Amino acid sequence: MMMKNAPSRVEIHNEWDIVRARQSGRDYAKELGFGNVDQARIATAISELARNIYLYAKPGVITIEVIDDQGKKGLAITAKDDGPGINDLRQAMEDGYTTSGGLGAGLPGVKRLMDEFDILSEAGKGTKITARKYLR
Amino acid sequence: MIDQEQMYERYKRLLAEYMEGKNEETLYNGQLFSRHMIECGVSPEDVLSVHIEIMREFFPNMDERLESSFDFLLEAMIGYGLAYREHQNLRFKQRQLETEIDIAANVQQSLLVSAVPEIDSLDIGVISKPAKKMSGDYYHFVRDEQNFLSIAIADVIGKGIPAAMCMSMIKYAMDSEPEQRTKPSAVLENLNRVVEQNVDPSMFITMFYGLYNEKEHRLYYASAGHEPGFFYSSQKDRFEELTAKGRVLGLDRSTKYREYEKLIMPGDMIVLLSDGVTECRTKKGFIERGEVVDLIRKRMDRSAQEIVDSVYKELERLQEFQLRDDFTLIILKRRV
Ligand SMILES: Nc1ncnc2c1ncn2[C@@H]1O[C@H](COP(=O)(O)OP(=O)(O)OP(=O)(O)O)[C@@H](O)[C@H]1O
Ligand SMILES: [Mg+2]
Repeated sequence: MMMKNAPSRVEIHNEWDIVRARQSGRDYAKELGFGNVDQARIATAISELARNIYLYAKPGVITIEVIDDQGKKGLAITAKDDGPGINDLRQAMEDGYTTSGGLGAGLPGVKRLMDEFDILSEAGKGTKITARKYLR
Repeated sequence: MIDQEQMYERYKRLLAEYMEGKNEETLYNGQLFSRHMIECGVSPEDVLSVHIEIMREFFPNMDERLESSFDFLLEAMIGYGLAYREHQNLRFKQRQLETEIDIAANVQQSLLVSAVPEIDSLDIGVISKPAKKMSGDYYHFVRDEQNFLSIAIADVIGKGIPAAMCMSMIKYAMDSEPEQRTKPSAVLENLNRVVEQNVDPSMFITMFYGLYNEKEHRLYYASAGHEPGFFYSSQKDRFEELTAKGRVLGLDRSTKYREYEKLIMPGDMIVLLSDGVTECRTKKGFIERGEVVDLIRKRMDRSAQEIVDSVYKELERLQEFQLRDDFTLIILKRRV
């Protein structure tokens, strides 16, 4: 298989796109050499981010790319949308806070699944979330 | 953190042992090992992943469908792992919160505890117990140089932290009352304005305020919707309601309070309480005010402090040691 150097870009309009984003993330993770558990973690994180776009801010884009930070190889996931933004980031990052009512992983879950997590959001403008995971 | 390699080896040994012999001892050791893993923060999906890897090692020719079933299970366990982590974090936060509440409760206790004055003519007993960690009941005694004793007892409708915060405000308002003696009705009218202005309209405060003249042995008092106390007349050997009418604090800023007066003879008693005393719920339902009187009467020959302590113990027992509301009981007994 050819090494995936070019980033993958998946637009999120519907639930089917969530699946495509997951699949793409898993493929990248597998090829980079992530183990089974980490592959599943990365797929779950992408799933949560894509689902949030689908539920609250569609359309948006999930970008998956290989990173190499001075020999530290890993995967970066970016979720970007031009939706309503998240008003209270502190609340959104709190454990146990959810509006969907489900016991989902949510944003705190994404943070736990990955090694690095960053979120930028502006009311009325949109949200950009970046999460990274490195090979051990 | 637990060493990955070590965990793998130990799990593998236990698993192999069990697959050979199916014995209980191995299962027990497995249980101990899982406790160790939990302590080290290993999440469920990590354990499963180790399991899968070992299975692949043991059965290199495993049916492909069986193998993918493991992957499916792994995927499902990721969510459980997250729920587990979240739970751990929430538990930690809860412990933190409890510590914070304990500190707040201590602060409140030191704010609200009012020294009981030593007076020749009066024997005074007080007990005040919060239902939860913080109390919405409040009492205080102040004695001035002219031998007047003022007694306040108040109850915020509601319990717990909001009630306690409200109570601290009342305490502050009481402390900023003018130094010189004020009539009970005027004290309540002033407090009523403070409460009306500063307290959320959903919160109500009831208060009984009395002023005892130690020379004339007269009690002047007024009440803002507070649970009526009792008056015991030793001459008649009878308990009466210490009725006083008045609106709850904070309803209407122009409320006026009527003032009452009572002559206290040697051996007479004044009983003040919060509704946590009369709203005790036992197996048989709420206790009657009359029952509280009976409890007091049975112990009447003891000191005021002994009476309140013992009544509290009895009511605590009747409620199976679960206070539903903050409990405050004050007894003033004119010495013979
Ligand atoms: N991309 C987004 N644009 C706008 N709001 C968002 C976005 N992502 C999340 N939110 C807001 O942040 C909240 C928290 O999101 P989070 O994913 O943690 O929980 P949830 O989606 O409510 O529930 P679940 O646990 O099922 O994911 C959401 O309820 C939503 O209001
Ligand atoms: Mg979500």
